[in-house]
Order: sequence, then C-alpha cells, then structure tokens
Amino acid sequence: MSPIAFLILATLTISSALLVVFSRNPIYSVLWLVICFFSITGHYILLDAHFLAAVNLIVYTGAIMVLFLFVIMLLNLNKETEPHKPVYLKAAAVLSGSLLMIILAASLQGYANQPPAIISESFGTAKGVGKVLFTDFLLPFEVASVLFITAMVGSVILAKKHVND
Amino acid sequence: MEELTASFNQIGIQHYLFLSAVLFSIGVMGVLYRRNFIVIFMSVELMLNAVNVLLAAFSRFNGDQSGQVFVFFIMVVAAAEVAVGLAILVMIYRNIRSTDINALRNLKW
Repeated sequence: MSPIAFLILATLTISSALLVVFSRNPIYSVLWLVICFFSITGHYILLDAHFLAAVNLIVYTGAIMVLFLFVIMLLNLNKETEPHKPVYLKAAAVLSGSLLMIILAASLQGYANQPPAIISESFGTAKGVGKVLFTDFLLPFEVASVLFITAMVGSVILAKKHVND
Repeated sequence: MEELTASFNQIGIQHYLFLSAVLFSIGVMGVLYRRNFIVIFMSVELMLNAVNVLLAAFSRFNGDQSGQVFVFFIMVVAAAEVAVGLAILVMIYRNIRSTDINALRNLKW
C-alpha cells in the first residue's frame, strides 16, 4: 500500500464526491460520480481486492451509472429545470454534514493502527473470493438471484405506462 | 507537522476509517443539500460506497476474505435497488412533471 497512491486516490475520491453534491447540472453530477467510482476502484486495487475492483468497474461505473445517465436524459434535466433550496437550508445542510464528519472522525480516533495481515497468494482474486462465496455464503448467493428476479419484474411493471388487467 | 508526515509513511486502517467517514458524511450532506431526487439517490450510492471501501479495508487488514463477499452482496443489492428506484422515479416524474422532492409532500400533514 503505497502512501502516495493512497493520498492521490483519496484526494480524487473526496473532491469528486464534493463536486457530485455541489455541481449545478445533474449530468455533471453523474459524470463526477463516475470519476469517484473509478477512484474507489483504485482503492480496491490498493487493498488487494482485485475481484472487487473488476466488479466495481463493471457493475457501478458500467451499469448503474449508465442507468442514471439514461434516466437523466429521458427526463430532460438541465441547469434551468433544476430546483434549489433556499440559502439558509443549504447552509444548515453543509453545517450538519460537517458536524457529522467531525463526530465520526472523533469517534474513530482511538482505533488501533494495526499493520496489514499476511495474506495468501489468492487473496481477493476471483479464485479466492469465489471459494468463500460458494462455500460459506452459498445460501445468500442463491437468495440474491431471487432478489434480482424480483427487481427485474418490479422495474418492468413500474416502468410500463399502463398495465392491462 | 512531523507527526503528520510520519503518520502517512505507512497507510493503516485508520486512514481508511477517516476516508470513508468523510465520504459517508459527504453523502449525508448531499441528501440534505439537494432537492433533485436523482441527485439525492446518487448521494445514497455515495454512502453505500463509503461502507464498501471500509469493508474491503477491514478485510485486507484482518486477512479475511468474508468482508469482500459482503461488499459483493452490497453491490448486488445496490444494483437491484437502483433498477427499482429509478423506475419509481420515472413514474413519479410522469405524474408530477418535476424532479423537485418538495412536490411530494402528500404524506406531510
């Protein structure tokens, strides 16, 4: 885990996350979110989670962000149609968000800074994670497929204009 | 200042704790700050990813791959959630012709 790579990635993650919240145009928000997820993929690579890095890239930046972009273009959103809160509510939101950050940082202050564990060759690869996934977590994995079918049916029914009885 | 530079010589679990704390609170801030329901939804995704990074970091520092399986399941559930959630948002937009969360106050007294 190289410190310089971590610092660069962390700066990129946090600044792009801030730009997601504060950019005025929703399309820019989505594009900054893509950059944020790319840098999180970098974090996964630094943490030796190679399988997760690939899945994050494919599922998040590939599928979910394209879905967001499609919906924003379908709804024809832009800077002019963007609703805004009054200034005092925005200030309150920024204040409460920063207070939450201070509280979280203060409560995590005393956590012991342990060195990284010694890991095996297959740690975090498709082989290693797959072994754990298909032995210890086989039932949740199968239940997840049921969840996906439910989500598929649900989104098709919801997105249809009129359901014929 | 010397202490600060020394603390970055070895990236530990504490740095990842702070990173995901900051990322999570940016997500909370986004939910409170914006009125557009799609951007609020994106902020929720940001919070989910903050937790994902933390789970991957703990799995690396403890040498246990179960944490990565949890991240995998969070991604699965997030994908399903986004599909259904965006369908609901499109339906809402068809009915009220706006993305303003303030138009949806029927459940308020």
